[in-house]
Amino acid sequence: MSSDSGAGSGVIHDIGFRHYEGPRLGRGYLIRSLYADSLRGCYGLGRSTKSKIMPFLLLLVMTAPAVIMAVVAGVLGLDELPLDYVSYIFALSSAITIFLAAQAPATVSRDLRFRTMPLYLSRPLTRNDYVLAKYGAMSTALFILIAVPQTALFIGALLAKMEFWPNAKGWAAGLLGAFLLSLVLSGIGLLIASITPRRGFGVAAVITVLLLLTLVSGVLSALSYENDQAALSAYFALLNPVSLVQGVLVWTVNAESTYPEPPPGTLGGLVFTAVMLLVIAGSYALLAARYRKVSAS
Amino acid sequence: MNATVAGLTWHSLVGRRRAVLLFVLPAVLLALALLVRLVSGQSAGAAADLLGSFSLGFLIPLLCLIAGTGAIGPEIDDGSIVYLLAKPLNRYVIAVSKWVVALGVIVIFGVLPTLAAGFIMAGSDSNLATGYAAGALLAGIAYATVFLLLAVLTRNAVVIGLLYALVWEAAIGGYVPGAQALSIQQWALAVTQKMVGDQASGLGIESAVGLGAGVTLLVVVTVAGLAYTGYRLRSIRINGDE
Repeated sequence: MSSDSGAGSGVIHDIGFRHYEGPRLGRGYLIRSLYADSLRGCYGLGRSTKSKIMPFLLLLVMTAPAVIMAVVAGVLGLDELPLDYVSYIFALSSAITIFLAAQAPATVSRDLRFRTMPLYLSRPLTRNDYVLAKYGAMSTALFILIAVPQTALFIGALLAKMEFWPNAKGWAAGLLGAFLLSLVLSGIGLLIASITPRRGFGVAAVITVLLLLTLVSGVLSALSYENDQAALSAYFALLNPVSLVQGVLVWTVNAESTYPEPPPGTLGGLVFTAVMLLVIAGSYALLAARYRKVSAS
Repeated sequence: MNATVAGLTWHSLVGRRRAVLLFVLPAVLLALALLVRLVSGQSAGAAADLLGSFSLGFLIPLLCLIAGTGAIGPEIDDGSIVYLLAKPLNRYVIAVSKWVVALGVIVIFGVLPTLAAGFIMAGSDSNLATGYAAGALLAGIAYATVFLLLAVLTRNAVVIGLLYALVWEAAIGGYVPGAQALSIQQWALAVTQKMVGDQASGLGIESAVGLGAGVTLLVVVTVAGLAYTGYRLRSIRINGDE
């Protein structure tokens, strides 16, 4: 071949392929694409039919009771919904948890398992951008899962000719709850899922941790309540991510609590809010730290 | 039962990072049991509450899900099951070996801690510890079979198993009494109820099915599930990941 080019003059031979002269779209575009693709992946869009079943089944489980409630309210001519907006979220929190457990590992484990990470990192995309895109996608997916039934409730309430403002307020509170809950849960879920490249184990790990926290917090709370430590009992709700968000909502938008005791007073509300922000920031920071260690080759 | 298959399965279950979860779950149960004992003293009521909700309602199903699907799921997932299936071994033997190992894991990390927690909280009071341990063992046997079968049948075994254990048994079973008749947890609880005896209803231990029906269903599910698992392994289809 052309070995007469002399030593030390290494070149990449131009063998006549056409050059790319279009625009280079850069980091922002990469983040947006990864975000959109991961979000679609959470609902199985762009993937096989089999992987669409589970997310849409859970979306149905979340939405069907809202539609039924709205129809019943319309037929019977009720003045208000049988279950208010924020309580609806927490009544169905196990479906939300299962969605997270099913989709968080699907969002991050595959890239680790099939060693796709080096391909992402060989682009201008930084590790932090990857975490940002995945966190954003997972939270948006959860937000959609919670916000769709909330909106169904709202539309149903308006069609049943209920008063506009109370319902609009309830709907806004529900969306705030959806926003906070999806940020808290997806942070925790992705963090656990990113530790293991195995999807099946990731699913079990996410659900185990969340259930364990729920049960431990419930047992400790009941135990301290029986021993006349009501304030302590309320603070044990901090251990459970779902009741943590519920505590914040009880304080901020006067939501009803299904948990034994709402957080006590302004101090309690501030503590719950601070812990919630800490959980969100902490899981993001830990995720970023986890991806700093992922090998780029 | 084949020792080599069992050994490999044991290592894949306990030798990896998933073992952390296996240790954490019983550790939390024992810690809670100790705390309950220290705060409220020896109490049959507290023991029945904690063992019923935490042990039989959470620890055993979750542990069985991890052990049952983990015994064969990852191998099917990454395709390495073909190397095992290519060996001149009866497929039923493979299924039974994996099932026995899963069961061993469940006994060590689920049933024995339940027994210990029962003794910590209730002493030998009214057979609570032994009753719940027996219930946990029987439930463990049935769950392990079902989840092993699920792992052979589908890639979504873990999610489907979770839907069964959490949504069907816990949530739907709570509202629709009929759903409880098809719940492994309730079948096993029938045995616990019988062993605890007269005090059972006072402690809130009430199964939705009778003792005879419960035991029969447990045996049927276990034998049929194990037989079908072996049968499916005879002609398993290995797909690539989606």
